[in-house]
Amino acid sequence: MSKQKDFVKFENVDKSYDGKILVVKNLQLDIAEGEFITMLGPSGSGKTTCLMMLAGFETPTNGEIYLGGKAISSIPPHKRGIGMVFQNYALFPHMTVYENLAFPLRVRKIPKDEADKKIDKALSMVSLQGFASRMPGQLSGGQQQRVAVARSLVFDPQLVLMDEPLGALDKNLRESMQYEIKHIHESIGVTVVYVTHDQSEALTMSNRIAVFNDGKVQQLSSPDELYEKPVNSFVAEFIGENNTFNGEVSDISGEKCKVKLTNAEIIANPISVKSKGEKTKVSLRPERALINPKNQMDNIHNGKIEEVIYHGDHTRVRINLLGNPEFILKVPNSSANLDIKLGNEIKIGWNSEDARALDPK
Amino acid sequence: MSSETKQILTTDGIPLEVSLKKAERKNKVKAFLLVAPLLFFLIITYVFPIGDMLFRSVDDKMVTQMLPKTFKAMENWDGQELPEEEVFAAFHEDFIKLVEDKREGKLSTQLNYTKNGFKSIIKKLRRKSKSFEEGNYKEQIMSVHKRWADVEYWRAIQRRAPEFTGQKYLKGMDMYVNEEGKIVSVEEDRRIHRVLWLRTLEIAFFVTVFCFLMAYPIAHLLATLPMKYSNLLMICVLLPFWTSLLVRTASWMILLQQQGIVNDFFVGIGLVADDNRPEMMYNKTGSYVAMTQILLPFMVLPLYSVMKTISPSLMRAGKSLGGTPFVAFWKVYFPLTIPGIGAGCLLVFILAIGYYITPALVGGASGTLISNQIAFHMKSTLDWSFASAMGLMLLSGVLVIYWLYNKIVGIDNIKLG
Repeated sequence: MSKQKDFVKFENVDKSYDGKILVVKNLQLDIAEGEFITMLGPSGSGKTTCLMMLAGFETPTNGEIYLGGKAISSIPPHKRGIGMVFQNYALFPHMTVYENLAFPLRVRKIPKDEADKKIDKALSMVSLQGFASRMPGQLSGGQQQRVAVARSLVFDPQLVLMDEPLGALDKNLRESMQYEIKHIHESIGVTVVYVTHDQSEALTMSNRIAVFNDGKVQQLSSPDELYEKPVNSFVAEFIGENNTFNGEVSDISGEKCKVKLTNAEIIANPISVKSKGEKTKVSLRPERALINPKNQMDNIHNGKIEEVIYHGDHTRVRINLLGNPEFILKVPNSSANLDIKLGNEIKIGWNSEDARALDPK
Repeated sequence: MSSETKQILTTDGIPLEVSLKKAERKNKVKAFLLVAPLLFFLIITYVFPIGDMLFRSVDDKMVTQMLPKTFKAMENWDGQELPEEEVFAAFHEDFIKLVEDKREGKLSTQLNYTKNGFKSIIKKLRRKSKSFEEGNYKEQIMSVHKRWADVEYWRAIQRRAPEFTGQKYLKGMDMYVNEEGKIVSVEEDRRIHRVLWLRTLEIAFFVTVFCFLMAYPIAHLLATLPMKYSNLLMICVLLPFWTSLLVRTASWMILLQQQGIVNDFFVGIGLVADDNRPEMMYNKTGSYVAMTQILLPFMVLPLYSVMKTISPSLMRAGKSLGGTPFVAFWKVYFPLTIPGIGAGCLLVFILAIGYYITPALVGGASGTLISNQIAFHMKSTLDWSFASAMGLMLLSGVLVIYWLYNKIVGIDNIKLG
């Protein structure tokens, strides 16, 4: 079976609730069959609205959504055949786990013995065999979550939507559930659209991530590309930690550009700047800067250590560098020989290709 | 595992339990003092009156105490033939004493409840008794009126001998103990109470149904509309609460009367002829309409408070899993509202079963309820024991409904807010 490239397709979708503000602006998004795609963004960025339009609980103000090549705007939610996991699980509290899972099968008039098989399979997938007769209230948060996942998959939908499903769980449980959902996705090959505001969740689970802000997809790419090569300063700042320098392009030539700061000049990789004189924000990941670099690097500057914070496996060092007092460095604890003490002057270096000159915003 | 528990001591050597009790005693006293005023209030206004009512409904000491010697003498009487002279003598003695205390009127009222016809013959006996000669009272009393020579009347007096009686309860069910001591129903055309009980149940039941049918969508809207609309709607629901019950009922009288606004409207749109305006007041219709409107908030509020807690994502989940909107409603939403339905129905039904002012004003003859009858006996006939008996029958009816509800739905399931 060949995988469809645009199994889900958002075409020029606009959405407004009050006729004044667009919460989703001209959205174009293709989701391939079997893909795990995450919509990531701060709250109010329009990601949940997109999910609700896909599920059928909101209608697009303009544009059309296609599922498997069919326009679905006029199809009511219960006929779309999309599985959904809700933020607060939305398990039916008056039904047992078995009845919860049987609900989608019963409304589809699937014979009981076949339904029982499907329910067994779904429960074993989330390792909850033996819980069928429990009420949702008797389950822990993690177990409820798994029931919700099992329920969204039990009727074999081709597409499953998950709306911040792990938001209510504690950190350890959340991490183990992330792997569990990822493995389920890999084993049954269902298409998953996942909404979260937790970037580490998005980075660990997804094939691709769509970063939403202000009703628009800022960047749509694989997790590593998103982290390593953000295309604008919103993405750079939203994903991971980030050091920034505000300045003005003073020279640009091919792969490199010079950026003039208030009292220094650095060499950067021009991403969204084109010409001399443009304002820019240079973004640099903390782990890309080294202390006392031995290799030849094209940016080497002196800074003063302002703060040292011990984090166990690494130490965070805050340095006043080139007029930026918030410059963060992560130093692995193995390099204990380094002279990291409060108030010391140290040399910091980085390669110009890691310093991405983005839009000033 | 050993079952014996070792006594744990505090560092001072006092058993832990003792010192815990000591530490908590102050809080317990404080808590009790806070509850005390309400407890006191409840005992005075609730436990005591209900106890008094219960007592009053079965209390029949009055006659027992008015005719002590008579009843003593009657102990040996088999009730077949007219009693012996000693009974008449004892009765005469008791009666003279009552006349001296001017209490013979009360006796006549009481005896008249048991058998009609006592009032006049007691009056006559009082007049004639002044000129009675000593001895042979049987002859003399029997000559006052022929009823005094009727054994039925003496049996009626004997029936009042016990200190306690369940007769008022029988009367409330249109039954009585006949001359042979059997419990029988009164003649068909005098059965007023059974009709009233049935009508009360019927009206309370239908008012509950109407309230439920109207309140469910309102409560659902209230729970799901955005705040600014739901607040407005909530005010509309609560507005009747801020108006006096009497005013509300009176406004229904204005609306429903034959020359009233509703009738004018019906005539105006040609639904009914001007000379054939339907009567919507002083009958059951009036009671239904006014009571439904007045009791509606008691249904809306419990439903609303339950619906408010039902997450909208549950309905969405039901739909996304493939249920049509109706299936999602019926299988998911409706079962979750049952605690509110139970609370609302129970509340409205219990309020309706004892409703008084509204049926009295708009119910007319065919729309009055048992509570109106109770009030009638409290105020007009002054037969308080009968009123108490009916009040207690009403109360036990409510308790039965409560018990049934608990059996069927479970009282833990009730949710008022």
